[in-house]
Amino acid sequence: MKPKGLLFDVNRCQGCGACYDACKKEFNNPVTSADFLKDRLSADSYTVVEEYGDIYMRRLCMHCEYPTCVSVCPVSAFEKTPEGPVVYDADACMGCRYCMQACPHMIPRYEWDSLAPRVQKCVMCHHRVVRGEETACAEACPSGATLFGDLEDLKKEAKRRLEAEPDRYYQHIYGLEEAGGCNVLLLSPIPFHQFAYDTALPKEPLETFTMAALEKVPGIVAFSSVFLGGMYWLTKRKNKIAREEREQNKAENDDR
Amino acid sequence: MTDKFPLRATFWRVVAGLILLAGVYALYVRVTEGLGAVSNLSDRFPWGLWVGFDVVTGVGLAAGGFTICAVAHIFNIHRYEPLTRPAILTAFLGYVTVIVSLLIDLGKPWNIWHPLIMGNYHSALFEVAMCVMFYTTILFFEFSSSAAAKYRHIKPVGVYHKLVNKLIVPIMIAGVVLSTLHQSSLGSLFLIVPTRMHPLWYSTWLPVWFYISAIAVGFSMVTFEAYMSSRGMDHKLKFSLLSEIMRITGVLLVILFFGKMVEFGIDGKFALLAVPETETYMWWLETIIGVFLPVVLIFSPKAKTSRTWLFVAATLTVFGFLFNRLNVSITSIAKSAGVSYFPSFMEASLTAMLVTLNIIAFVWISKHFDLFGHHAEEGAH
Ligand code: SF4
Ligand code: SF4
Ligand code: SF4
Repeated sequence: MKPKGLLFDVNRCQGCGACYDACKKEFNNPVTSADFLKDRLSADSYTVVEEYGDIYMRRLCMHCEYPTCVSVCPVSAFEKTPEGPVVYDADACMGCRYCMQACPHMIPRYEWDSLAPRVQKCVMCHHRVVRGEETACAEACPSGATLFGDLEDLKKEAKRRLEAEPDRYYQHIYGLEEAGGCNVLLLSPIPFHQFAYDTALPKEPLETFTMAALEKVPGIVAFSSVFLGGMYWLTKRKNKIAREEREQNKAENDDR
Repeated sequence: MTDKFPLRATFWRVVAGLILLAGVYALYVRVTEGLGAVSNLSDRFPWGLWVGFDVVTGVGLAAGGFTICAVAHIFNIHRYEPLTRPAILTAFLGYVTVIVSLLIDLGKPWNIWHPLIMGNYHSALFEVAMCVMFYTTILFFEFSSSAAAKYRHIKPVGVYHKLVNKLIVPIMIAGVVLSTLHQSSLGSLFLIVPTRMHPLWYSTWLPVWFYISAIAVGFSMVTFEAYMSSRGMDHKLKFSLLSEIMRITGVLLVILFFGKMVEFGIDGKFALLAVPETETYMWWLETIIGVFLPVVLIFSPKAKTSRTWLFVAATLTVFGFLFNRLNVSITSIAKSAGVSYFPSFMEASLTAMLVTLNIIAFVWISKHFDLFGHHAEEGAH
């Protein structure tokens, strides 16, 4: 199966909340807000629709190509599936919440009131995707604002829209290159920082920053073991020689 | 000490009792109602006091264990041996405290062993977890074998003592290597959030700064404790040794500061030092308390003769370190998180409880095992 993705276009979204409802239904999540436009991401809301004047922006996991959550989890509870979705295994998770701290899009949410809390986020309906179906939110969207498909096709479609209607679109595809790229792409008429999407993210995957330090570990281990072993041997010898000299001097003094 | 100052002792006992009471209650809430009920942690602020203080700061404060060990037993500067026992004990208790606080902080503490079988080499936290696990084991060997020296005549204890002593050099070297790794990797934890962290603290050099400051604070903690114990327990203070390690601390603090300044210069961050915002004030606070003042005290002529000056310098270094670690793990993230975080009373009570238990254990053990006295000179050899 080719990697899948989602394309969300602010220009086509009517703010009806069909994606929000469909997601809740798909995962049997409880009602969290009387007004869906006021709801925010939580352990029970994997996606939200946010109102910005008369336009609407969705928020959901970006399903990064090189997911930070996958790279930081000390127990490999997150996984980037070949189909595209980034999924999570609650049985492996120990609840350190490093994934939440590190995610550049601040997506993962926690079941704070549970005694066996899980991390929760959009999983791009992985169970449906492997069956060959589209995600619940894309299926429910009446206006085609949320589009599901092969990631490569979606990239082409996004570029086509920017070219076809340059004055309707801010000329940037959010998610194409952010922190190594994402399987969720966003289009908008206005700059993305106005929706509180991080526009300062570097192009390279964030784990390269950690790996720059971590890849030195084998070298440090090798060098410091040899260095410390050597120092031990040297200083011990030095002490021994000093002691012998002292004894010799003493012996000589005694002779005299 | 109890006999000399009955009133004072009673006072501290009452304080300790109250802290423990509050801590036990908070623990009860944590276990029966979960993290949400006990803490001010939230989706926007998933790491708070427990990670910032108990883990990130606590591991650093326990660094004296590996530095003194390296000086006395690997570089074979034997005059440092009297300091090894208290340093190793501090470290061992410190790491046990870190693990206990992790058990409280983790959402699913029963999975704490999962890194052993589900590792992820790309995670700085994985590296920290593994090192802490192994190093605590090593500290246990180091401490138990020197404690066992007293009971050598009992057969199995004698055998154990002998066995560990045969392997003590590789064990200690492994301890220093593991410490080097995780003290610096605690800094690497934060490399993953380049855009979320305030540039006053974010730096690719973070692991190096963490390592240098851990060594400095490790020495300061040893000095701090020696002073406290020499007052409380009437032990002779090894003044010249302590003033030596404090001078090393001073040099390290100077290196740390100039290193940071070079980094600021390269990244063009000097202008940030004058921006009127909370982060700037916090940065100056940590730098003045943790670098400027201690360095002045340590290198002033008075420090050569005055125990109190040395003690004040050590205390300031410890507090500056504390500010730095809390700034890195909490202050620097606050703006991008979009919410402010201040620990709840119960979060603070649990931390206070662990610190108190730590002190009680230290005092109790140092009473029963001659920590600072002559026998300590036999060390772990
Ligand atoms: S957006 Fe965050 S949670 Fe989603 S895949 Fe990327 S790093 Fe992971
Ligand atoms: S909270 Fe769970 S999933 Fe997230 S990093 Fe920690 S162990 Fe991994
Ligand atoms: S892809 Fe699935 S899980 Fe994600 S927001 Fe849409 S419906 Fe929810």
